[in-house]
Order: sequence, then structure tokens, then C-alpha cells
Amino acid sequence: MKKLFAMLLTGTMMLTMAGCAKSVNAPAETSAKPAETKTVETKTEEAKPENKKLVIGFAQIGAESEWRTACTNSIKGEAEKLGIDLKFSDAQQKQENQIKAIRSFIAQKVDVIGISPVVESGWETVFKEAKDAGIPIVLVDRNADVPEDLYVTRIGSDFKDEGKKAAEEMAQLLGGKGSIVELQGTVGSAAATDRLVGFKEVIEAKYPEIKIIKSQTGDFTRAKGKEVMEAFLKSDGKNIQGLYAHNDDMAIGAIQAIEEYGLKPGEDIKIVSVDAVKGAFEAMIAGKLNVTVECNPLLGPQFYDVCQKIMNGESVPKYIPSEEGVYRQETAAADLPSRQY
Amino acid sequence: MGSIKNLKKYQMFWPITALLLVLLFNFFFTPGFFKLEIKDGHLFGSLIDIINRGSPLMLLSIGLTLVIATGGTDISVGSTIAISAAVVASLVGGEMVFVDGMQEYVTLVPMPLAIIATLIIAILLGMWNGTLIAKLGIQPIIATMILMVAGRGIAQLITKGQIITIYYKPYFYFGGGYLLGLPFAIFIVGLVLLIIMLLVNKTALGLFVQSAGCNSSASKYAGIKVDRIKLIVYTLSGLCAGIAGILISSNIKSADANNAGLFIELDAILAVALGGNNMSGGKFSIPASIVGALVIQSITTTIYSIGVPPEITLVVKATVVIVICLLQSSEFRSMLSSLLQKKRGDQVENQTLSN
Repeated sequence: MKKLFAMLLTGTMMLTMAGCAKSVNAPAETSAKPAETKTVETKTEEAKPENKKLVIGFAQIGAESEWRTACTNSIKGEAEKLGIDLKFSDAQQKQENQIKAIRSFIAQKVDVIGISPVVESGWETVFKEAKDAGIPIVLVDRNADVPEDLYVTRIGSDFKDEGKKAAEEMAQLLGGKGSIVELQGTVGSAAATDRLVGFKEVIEAKYPEIKIIKSQTGDFTRAKGKEVMEAFLKSDGKNIQGLYAHNDDMAIGAIQAIEEYGLKPGEDIKIVSVDAVKGAFEAMIAGKLNVTVECNPLLGPQFYDVCQKIMNGESVPKYIPSEEGVYRQETAAADLPSRQY
Repeated sequence: MGSIKNLKKYQMFWPITALLLVLLFNFFFTPGFFKLEIKDGHLFGSLIDIINRGSPLMLLSIGLTLVIATGGTDISVGSTIAISAAVVASLVGGEMVFVDGMQEYVTLVPMPLAIIATLIIAILLGMWNGTLIAKLGIQPIIATMILMVAGRGIAQLITKGQIITIYYKPYFYFGGGYLLGLPFAIFIVGLVLLIIMLLVNKTALGLFVQSAGCNSSASKYAGIKVDRIKLIVYTLSGLCAGIAGILISSNIKSADANNAGLFIELDAILAVALGGNNMSGGKFSIPASIVGALVIQSITTTIYSIGVPPEITLVVKATVVIVICLLQSSEFRSMLSSLLQKKRGDQVENQTLSN
């Protein structure tokens, strides 16, 4: 029996490995030519950089959320539009897959490597390899814990700034005073930590009359957001004037809890959340959510812009915040049709 | 004193003691925990929340008790929840439709049909586990791990990696509605419990399950079809998980393939253990597991109500669970009482010496 199981296991392993090999090798063959022509072109490159077709490798984390899917679509779609030769790799939430992808990009001699590191640590060796091969690395969305000289720049959301924006919106909604509760994201994630710190900083510095009376993690999910909000309402009930949720999904869960409690979300309890996904706009149209601070996943245009600049030899700052807005209830109906995620 | 000693013999004694201890803690430290009021014609309060929130866990613990009684385990229930939630949400689902500025409720497939389809899929998933274990002899933890890992992938395929929001109002009744002032979910739990208790107590199934868990080969020689018993219990476990998936998706009005029922299998196994059931199979009590599930949900709700910092909630939960497990362990209790007696003995000795 054990044998049969072992056979099954090796069978699946081989299958998955074959799958990986295929997806990584196939573009290698097609890319061989542009890579060769590139080495010839390098001398004339400075004269007319616009004509050269950029070859870019992108190591995506996976497809764990709507947000990530939107990010992937933006990277892929924009490449098609700009006529960029994109080698895309989906790491399925595994660092070793991302490292493999980067090595294959190096072997394919791409111009720039973009990566959203799935975890912060453990990148030094492979980034060094890319650097030695003369390929610049651009971090997209997430950060990596490496010396600054190993990558060129990072494009991404400033979570702390999102927290600050949310705090300003909340203060405006409450008129500068009141008791609020907070639904945190997954404990230890950068998004949760920074959204918490940014929010708190502004509240403590500028609005001393706003008190955060309860704060608990809702793990970025609707179910937990609802469950925690239910408990908040039971213990503090009418005392709560505002809710700050670290993402839209938790806010949507909490809205249900508030309705079941018999209060009006958006009126009795003002709600500010972060992300600006479609569901949030639907809630705003229904008058149940007040403000959502955008966390923009459509990083494609900015990413290629930076890649082009690097190839042109222009200098880029170490950190480039992504372009993000704030969406309010009043304009939600008009904004919804233009939302892509 | 004698009556308490008699009570201690019952399996239900320690789970109920644990539940009472958690509730007692809330009586002193959580203001308004026991407050029940009537709102919109139904009861409302933390206790009702515990029942409502704990319903999926109670359902799982019913199925898992039987599985564990046969000496097996089922760690795929979380994934089964994700799949059934995904199936039911994509069948009922629907789009947000406005007619004259009012939200209309639409469903893609008639709701009873969608629910029957979901339950059939859950049964099939349970049978898949049962077949791997009973017919092919794969160890339960490995066999169900296959579905645990693959299941979330399947659920994501169904939802295309997105969170599916359900807009069909009648569907919300299962996880969010009230009957006779109580959450409707608890009636579903009650119904499932009633049917399974009848199956277990009024037919030979309970005895067969117990004997399969005590000694599988001896049972086989005694003419019990152990294979078939195993197939039945895993199928029941799958069905319970399927119903739990419907409750969860109905309560939050959406299906999230990534997070629905994530790690709930561990809570469910814990519920069975807190119920005083032997993990290696044999004698079992389903009501005790249900009390175990209530203990877990009470701890969770308590943690949210008293405002434990999120960084340490898991530690607090773990500590409480350890204490409860220690209370239940007869070895620990005898160790404790012998320690106490020794101390008392020392004191007596000292007294006699000083005299």
C-alpha cells in the first residue's frame, strides 16, 4: 500500500515538475533570438532606445486574491499594449519557484527582472546572481530584505500612507471626535502593521478626541471581520461611532454584523476601509460604506515606465509610491464602471 | 462528595465543566456577556452568537466523532467546506440587479436544486475519502490530506480565484435567519444530530463503529464489514462538512475559496478531543463533542469580547486549551492529587515532629 502511495506521489511530483519545466523552458527558446540581437544592439542602444523591444521577466507571487489577479492582468495587459516581450512566471506562493524563475530569467538574458517577493528574506544570493549578470531588479508591490545596492527600485503601495489617509477621512466623518474600533489585517503582515501605525500616528497627533477602543485581527477575511465585529458590538455596542478596517472584505463582513445588530452601517457607524475593490463600491452605492482608500494593484504602466527609464540609463529613486486615490460614497456610482478589479 | 465522584465517571462531565468554567469567567470579566434581549423578534446576545458561530463547528464535530471512533481522522473537512461553499455560491450566486433603484434578488439555479447538488458533491467527496481509506487501505491522515490540499485548489477553480458574493436573499436564511427566536442554523445542527443519534443508537451502526475502532481485525473476523462502516463514516463526515459550508457561505453571503473553513479541521478535531473522546478510536459520545465545539467557540468569542491584543490571541487560546486538556487527563489529576496529599502528609509529619 505504501508503495502504491509512494508511486502516486512520485507520479504527481514528476507531473508538476514537468509542468514547471515546460512553462519556464518554452519562452527560453523563443527568447533566444531577441537576446542575441540585443547584444549586437547594445552599442546603438543609446542612439534610439525607443525602437528596441524590451524583454522583461516578471516573477509574480501567485493568484491568492482578487487584488493579485488584478495586478497580474495589469502587468500582462500593459505588456501587450506596449509591445514588450514579457516572460511571466506564477510562483504559486512559493519562494523556491520565484528563485527558479529569476535564474531562468538570468539564463534568458532578459533586460529587467520584476518581482513581487512572496516573503521578505532569503533573496540575497539570487539577487546577487542577477546583479553579476548585469540585470537590474525592480521590486513590485512587496519589499525584500536585501542591501539596497542589489535592486534598482521598488514600486508599491505605501501602506503607512494609506493608514494616514484613512485616519484623515475618519476624522472628517466623525467631526474630530468619537470612539472607533479597528479590524486589523493578518498579524505580522506589512499591510496590517503599516496601516495600523499610519492610522494611529495621525489620530494621536492631530485628533486626540478620537479613541480607538477595540482593535482585533480579522485576518483580511469577510467571515472573521463579521465575527469580530459581532463581538465588538456586543461589548461596546452603541459606543462605537466609527470602524476602520484594513481591507474592504473585512468591512463588508462587519457591515453585515452591524445591520444584524440593528444599526445602520455608514450612518450610525462610519466606516473607512482600504483597497477599493468592486465590492466596496457596491457597498458605498448602497450607502453602507463611507470611504475606501485605494491600494492600487494596476502597477503595469508604472512598472514598464520605470523599466524603460532604467534601460535609457536615467536614474530612478529607490522607492516609487504607486498612484493611489481615495474614493467616497458620493462618487461611488460614477466610479464603479471604470473599476477594473 | 460521593455524587460528584459518580458524575466524574460520565464522559460529559469534563467537557461541561470546561464550558461552565469559560462561561463563569465571562460572568465576572465580560460585562453584558449573558445579556439576552429580543431584537426584531429574535433573541440577541453573545450567547446566541456562540451558538450561531459554533454551528458549523458542531456539525463538523458530529461527523468527525464517528470518524475518530473508527480510529481514523478526517483533515479534509475545511477543504470540503470551501468546495461546497464555492459550488453553492456559484449556483445560487447571481448579480446585483437594480430595478427602479431597488435591489432585486435573483438566483441562477433554483435554490433547492443548488443545495441538493452541493450536498451530493459533499457526499461524493466524503465517499472519495472513504474509498481511499476503506478500499485502498491508505492511512486516514494521508488519504484525507490529499483532499485537504487539492480541495482548496478545486474550490479556487470553481470560483476562478475570486470571492463570489451571493445576492439571493432567501438563501441568507440558513446561516443568518431565526426560527422561534433562535438562529436557524442551530435547528439544522439539531436535525443532523437527531438523525445521526438515531442511526447510532437505534441501529447497530454505533456498535459497529465502536468495535471497528477498538479492534479492526477482530471486528472483521466477527463478521462486521469494517470497510463498509468506514466508508459510511467518512461519507457522513463529508456530508456534515457540506452542510457546514452552506451555513458559512450563507452567513457571510459569499464564498471565499482561500479562507472558508481554513484550519477549521483542527478546531473540529480539538472539539472531539475536548469532548473526551479517545483519539485512537473506540468508545465515543457525539453530544460530548458538541459541548467541546461550544467550548472552543466560547473561548473565541470571549477573546474578541474582552479585547485580547491580536498578537497574542492564539497564545491565550492555546493556554486555555492546554488547561482544559490537563483537567481532563486522569493521569494529571492523579498526579496533582498525590502531590497535594504528599504536601498534606508533610505538614502532618512536621506537626507531629514539632509536637
